[in-house]
Amino acid sequence: MSETGTIGEALIAQGISRRSLLKYTGYLASILALPPMASRAMADALASAKRQSVIWLSFQECTGCTESLTRSFNPTIEDMIFNLISLDYQETLMASAGTAAEGAMQAARTANKGKYVLVVDGSVSTGAGGVYSTNAGKSNLETLKEVAADAMAVLSVGTCAAFGGIPMAKPNPTGAVPVSEIITDKPVINISGCPPIPEAIAGTVAYIITFGKLPDLDHLNRPKAFFGDSIHDRCYRRPFYDKGQFAKSFDDEGARNGWCLYEVGCKGPVTYNACATLKWNGGVSFPIQSGHGCLGCSEPGFWDRGGFYKPLSAAVMGNREIIGGAAVAGVAAGAASVALARKRRAAALAAQAAASAAVVTQEKTP
Amino acid sequence: MTLLDFARGPALTFAMAVFVLGVLWRLISLLGLPWASDKTARRIGAPSDVKAAITGFVRHMWVPKAMGQTSTFAMINGYIFHLGLAIIVFGFAQHILVLQGLFGVHWPGLPTSVISVAAIVTLASLVAALVRRVTSPVMRLISTVNDYFTWAITTAPVLTGLLAVSHLGARYETLLAIHMLTIAALLIWFPFGKLMHAFLVFLTRAETGISYGRRGVKI
Repeated sequence: MSETGTIGEALIAQGISRRSLLKYTGYLASILALPPMASRAMADALASAKRQSVIWLSFQECTGCTESLTRSFNPTIEDMIFNLISLDYQETLMASAGTAAEGAMQAARTANKGKYVLVVDGSVSTGAGGVYSTNAGKSNLETLKEVAADAMAVLSVGTCAAFGGIPMAKPNPTGAVPVSEIITDKPVINISGCPPIPEAIAGTVAYIITFGKLPDLDHLNRPKAFFGDSIHDRCYRRPFYDKGQFAKSFDDEGARNGWCLYEVGCKGPVTYNACATLKWNGGVSFPIQSGHGCLGCSEPGFWDRGGFYKPLSAAVMGNREIIGGAAVAGVAAGAASVALARKRRAAALAAQAAASAAVVTQEKTP
Repeated sequence: MTLLDFARGPALTFAMAVFVLGVLWRLISLLGLPWASDKTARRIGAPSDVKAAITGFVRHMWVPKAMGQTSTFAMINGYIFHLGLAIIVFGFAQHILVLQGLFGVHWPGLPTSVISVAAIVTLASLVAALVRRVTSPVMRLISTVNDYFTWAITTAPVLTGLLAVSHLGARYETLLAIHMLTIAALLIWFPFGKLMHAFLVFLTRAETGISYGRRGVKI
């Protein structure tokens, strides 16, 4: 997959005009919330830039992230991402296998030492020395440390790589951890989502190539351009939330009227992603528009938050034993207090009676 | 575990357990205490204890004119924030979901704008109650740390809830977590502070009514 030469040369070779490139960079600039002139700067920078070497490692994952990305490449603007990068190693997409594939990665690492971008999808198994997930005779943990050592930056694509994801769900039998827990000496950008929005991946890569720096990130190291707003704030059903009109189930009148899905467990208010604006499948729809609440898949721990269909405001108590135990303890403490009070009173009355009897005896004594 | 996960899970579970334990402990120990027998003769024509208890409760819902305007303000203001709190707790759809999770019952909620107005009025009323407490020499004299702390712990959920709904000051999940933590603090403090009046008001007013009825005190 590796090719030399500039991105501009590659585009010309494929018959893609400058106008198309400008349209594409205009699109990228707009989704990255950059000023209009940035579109031209991006086009110029991309045309003269070398194709960015990318090594893509897949660890404990379901390949959904790769599926999401590849499905979005057809037919127009998104497929240009392949012209921006030189994808030197990607197990699912590459034709070669075995020693040849590993050799390609080694060659890319040597040729672009310190300059390549490492993309990781999937969490890293650390349990039992990482034996739960291996490739080419090496654990993912070992491979990650080795390949990340010479990378310019690491892109954790998908919630598994970014935050641990489903493999990290309780009881986490493989000791899964996010990439950022292993790689601490390099910039790690998290593009979370299960799967992440393809434009978020493409936009972030384009930004790095164009400006030679990382985009603005939020406190979870996600590009603010895509993860700056909550789903709730951009949701077209928000007015129903404000009016207090909620669907109570997935097939009631409220659901048919398109009312807010908060009561059926939508996690939109605490989920930051661009689903409500960029949408999916070429801007056709997104989960809430399809009638299902947001699962909160771009947030850490979404898999262990007490049920996808439990409303956000409802406490995740569920532990009736604790509350029942507290009630029993309360009754016991109350009964003990009563017994103690009655005992003290009886003792006081007895002492009083004894004192009175003593006085009477004393009075009768000549 | 995020702050929100902590608030929704362990914090509220612990707070609820303390609340249940504390309330039962206090109520049982109070009701089970040995009573001093009343040796006074019952007034002729005195109402039954049940009737006297109900009368006592109802009559104490309004302050007699003789008590003056200051008490009237305190009473009306008290009704305002109690009613406001009731609207917020039982009218906000998100709160109804919490109660539904606990008790399984459900009813229609009010629009968020109505709840926001109720919360602002409640907040203003609570501030007025505090101003009165600190400006009145008598109130200041009889106020203890318990009173001020109870005021703070009642006001905090209203304020944080309003901030969460308005998305003011921090990210929504942080505001929501803080709001839930203030509720947890309220539940923990409830049985041991002045908030226990929510249960004890029925006992104290009824007992006062019975005592007055027996002696023929006009209330």
